[in-house]
Amino acid sequence: MADTPMVSLTIEGRQVQVPAGTSILEAAKVAGVLVPHYCYHPGLPVAGVCRMCLVEVEKSPKLAPACATSVAEGQIVHVHSEASLKARQGVLELLLINHPLDCPICDQSGECELQDYTFREGRAEGRLGPDPKRFNPVEDFGGDVLYVPNRCILCTRCVRFMDDVVHDPVLNVSERGDRALIGKFEGQDLTHEWAPNVVDLCPVGALLSKDFLNKARAWELDRTPSICPNCTQGCNAIFETRDNVVVRMRPRSNADVNQWYLCESGRLDYKWLSPATRIEAPLVRHGDKLSAVDWESAIRAAATTLGGARVVALVSPMLSNESLHLAARVVAKTGGTGVFRVRTGPEAPLEGVPDLALRTERAANVKGAELLGFTKSASPLDTLASGDVLLVIGETLTAADAPALARAGKVIVIGTSLPDEARGATVALPSSTMAEEEGTFTNLRGRVQRYMQATAAPGMTRPAWWILADLLTQLGEPTATFLASEVFAALAASHPAFAGMSYDTLGLKGQIMSGEPAAQEAAR
Amino acid sequence: MGYPHKSHPKETPILSKYFGEPQARTLEGWKQRGGYRALQQALGMTPADIVNVVKESGLRGRGGAGFPTGMKWSFMKPGDGKAHYLCVNADESEPGTFKDREIMRWTPHALIEGTAIGAYAIGAETAYIYIRGEFTEPLRIMEDAVKEAYAAGLLGANAMGSGKRIDVHVHRGAGAYICGEETALMNSLEGRRGNPRIKPPFPAVAGLFGLPTTINNVETLAAVPHILNNGAAWYKAMSLSSPKSTGSKLFSVCGNVTRPGNYEVTMGYPFKDFLYDMCGGPLPGRKFKAVIPGGSSVPIQSMEEAESTLMDYEGFVAKGTMLGSGGVIVFDDSQCMVRHIARLARFYAHESCAQCTQCREGTAWTTKIMERIEAGQGTFQDFETLLEIGDNMTGKTICVLSDSCAVPVVSGLQKFRHEFEAHITGKRCPFRTAAAA
Amino acid sequence: MSAQREGASQADPLSHASRGNVGEIPYEPVFVGAMRDELNALLGRYPNKMAALLPALWMVQRERGWVSEEAMVEVAQLLELTPAYVKGVVTFYTMYHQHPVGRYFIQVCTTSPCLACGADKVVESLLSQTGCGDLGATSPDGRFTVIEVECLGACGFATPIMVNEEFIESVTPEKVPQILTRFK
Repeated sequence: MADTPMVSLTIEGRQVQVPAGTSILEAAKVAGVLVPHYCYHPGLPVAGVCRMCLVEVEKSPKLAPACATSVAEGQIVHVHSEASLKARQGVLELLLINHPLDCPICDQSGECELQDYTFREGRAEGRLGPDPKRFNPVEDFGGDVLYVPNRCILCTRCVRFMDDVVHDPVLNVSERGDRALIGKFEGQDLTHEWAPNVVDLCPVGALLSKDFLNKARAWELDRTPSICPNCTQGCNAIFETRDNVVVRMRPRSNADVNQWYLCESGRLDYKWLSPATRIEAPLVRHGDKLSAVDWESAIRAAATTLGGARVVALVSPMLSNESLHLAARVVAKTGGTGVFRVRTGPEAPLEGVPDLALRTERAANVKGAELLGFTKSASPLDTLASGDVLLVIGETLTAADAPALARAGKVIVIGTSLPDEARGATVALPSSTMAEEEGTFTNLRGRVQRYMQATAAPGMTRPAWWILADLLTQLGEPTATFLASEVFAALAASHPAFAGMSYDTLGLKGQIMSGEPAAQEAAR
Repeated sequence: MGYPHKSHPKETPILSKYFGEPQARTLEGWKQRGGYRALQQALGMTPADIVNVVKESGLRGRGGAGFPTGMKWSFMKPGDGKAHYLCVNADESEPGTFKDREIMRWTPHALIEGTAIGAYAIGAETAYIYIRGEFTEPLRIMEDAVKEAYAAGLLGANAMGSGKRIDVHVHRGAGAYICGEETALMNSLEGRRGNPRIKPPFPAVAGLFGLPTTINNVETLAAVPHILNNGAAWYKAMSLSSPKSTGSKLFSVCGNVTRPGNYEVTMGYPFKDFLYDMCGGPLPGRKFKAVIPGGSSVPIQSMEEAESTLMDYEGFVAKGTMLGSGGVIVFDDSQCMVRHIARLARFYAHESCAQCTQCREGTAWTTKIMERIEAGQGTFQDFETLLEIGDNMTGKTICVLSDSCAVPVVSGLQKFRHEFEAHITGKRCPFRTAAAA
Repeated sequence: MSAQREGASQADPLSHASRGNVGEIPYEPVFVGAMRDELNALLGRYPNKMAALLPALWMVQRERGWVSEEAMVEVAQLLELTPAYVKGVVTFYTMYHQHPVGRYFIQVCTTSPCLACGADKVVESLLSQTGCGDLGATSPDGRFTVIEVECLGACGFATPIMVNEEFIESVTPEKVPQILTRFK
């Protein structure tokens, strides 16, 4: 980096200095100026086909495509001069020639870049007159993707993405002229794990997610920064909610983790974040029945249950660092053991991005669980001896767990639901899903990342860390933590891997733990 | 020569001297006519010297751009350790142009010789002759001639015993006008869609397969052996008007004219004389109305402009158009200009590669409006729309196909507005009532 | 751009039952024996396999009269490209037929220079004389298909037509019946 010469230029009256070889479009970002564009994307090879980014460069006879033109010393660039505005208005008008007036029924409406720029800079009226628009029927591209050719502006982001980032060139541009459309080959579909990113990349409503089809309007959605919880990669995500239900997961860019992408398995597995059936009040067994009680009574009952027997804590690797930290302290306090299991699946890398894959371990915080002293095992409940107390925290119980549950002397469940297998539990404490709380995960590379609360926790449910803090206090180890950040601070103070970290230092991009290879690389 | 007609005495038959003589096709026949002496001479010169001779001669690209050939060749840096390529642009698809096919089917060895000299001059060991897919006869004849040349040791690992390798391959296109654009030609050769590339990088830096490449037109390369045989001064002296336009040029004449065909004249020849005398003037009972002198992508000329034009690069520019490819399309008073402009718009819309928004949508929209006007369903508002679309399509795209579509529309509205207006006011094409069309 | 196909994330399309074929006739590969030798010789002209794509497609059309989807798969496999990529190229170039056409495929230039010389009358004459009736339709006896094409580069020899690989110049409506008798 040290040897790259710098170039100074002026963009919209602002002076900037950027490394030689930077495009005018990227230099404009540095200057805080957005050059409107469609086909350009920082993760894709430059195409220069949409022609939206034409800017005026003084002393140049023609307008220059900002995405495909390198900066030159002393250039004076105008993005909003009359010539540039006219050229952009021309592009917008021509894009709308064959583009149907689908806004009322198009999923993209409200987050459509064609709408956005047309509203800002386009013509107020169309003048196509009686001339007909071209028509092609909707196509199923396979996987989660639908293609609506009529809306396509031929920016070719999807084709370049599949070619150069996914390395699975199943999309092409077919035909010529205004008959052109995106095509594929019969029998070869967008079934690649990373293919649905074309839906995000598409600036308009030409590529749509079948999962999201007609589900919600973009302006009805609230958006919260979060982390995809479905594997150990820790891709940064945005949880989009409507009426307090997560309806979509979109990628949030992080150059060090997932660039601009989310895999299909991860992004489509969000329904469990808003479970339909769940327990919403603490339950305590009285005789052969479970009754709803207040939190204090429930905590007392749980603490009593934990006393005097061997405790096996089965935690979920989906729990936050905060919850796992307090869970570990509960385990230590009771002199028990902590175990966890994790569902696995095949790894699916995104070839064109370094170190990005759908990971085999399909939970967000395996590393956190390991660091905090929990033992990973394929059948962790084998260690449960007859009469032991089983403390389940966040882990989903299934019919396969029935023998272990039967062996256990007593069962305490902290979770969102109480399955039939666990109806014999002594105490059931309702916890929130990760969408209903804030916290942190540690990804497989030791990056600690924050996620924010996207939905309100229903009924009397509480984050697991809050339940565990109260439990710990009841067990004789008072914790004066009332916020997730305070729990994290306690964790950072007591565990060397997390030393020096706080919610402030983590920000929204995360931080690599000291001692991890990546941190050493960054420090160099 | 005015092939298929007899040579006109005022022609300068150099490239076209043997059009119509089947014997000139064979290697033997070509050698008898002086062939391959220039290549022999060239292989004994340094590439730099050959480049200088061509520079000195003033030869300019005959495909349409008119870029000085010697200068283009000098962009190829010798001794860079990379493979260099020469691509011969035989994609001839510009409406009105049909000269390269004649060069290839009558004097294939002229092209091979020029190609070999060009390849050697730019440090290329491999040359591809990209011939449009429809040219089945030139394809066959060029393949046969290349085989002959290899068999005689003129091409190959040891071209004419010089120790230099010169390989020439014929490559068939598959129906795309845009592949005549030099960067689209390279993409097509590489087995891709014929999409033009953004420049920079320029072909001489990163072209075919990412390596330094020069692309030359057939007629340009066919002139090279003559320049080497007769000297740069000889070629430069052939100039009747502007000193920046030297040598002879094959003009393809077509449309409503008595003797359509290819005519070779010295640069600067008077256009009026050319049209009325050399080409035989209009058909009986007809008058010339309009002419497009350089292939459909150059502005339409009124006869008043045409009749005072001198036929060279500067001369055509001075009279509101360009020399382009030299494809002279003549329209007489029986033809409807609106109909032809609509048809040309349809041509460009069909050939657009679809990359740039302005071209992809603009060519199609222009065609729709033009066809509506032709059918008598246009409005005066459409004129303004056409001109604005034309302005949007000019100077804003990766290649100039977009600009080319706007040209006939803009120049047509400029010079034949009355015909457009007649379609609006009369609500029909005034020419369609005529019995003969 | 990388057109290389990595991994076998897609099912083998050649095993896909009779798509694009007439009836249940299994696909016969084109590039066997002498054709394979010819392709190999062709590959020697270029520094990579992708550059042989257009020539390979011409070989397919020469043999079969058109380029089927199975043929696209075969070519893709031989040249280490994906079928989607090959299809994108095939659909760009107008001369590759993507479905069977009449035994004699007639292309008529109707761009302005030829139009000014009566190309539209030649088209009319051909459509009626062949029995095709409409552009793009195959005649009832399966012999002819007639289409309009853009400039064929023989403007001074108006109106040029192509019948398969044969280029015929200076066609007029009067000459059409005579010309057609050559194509049985």
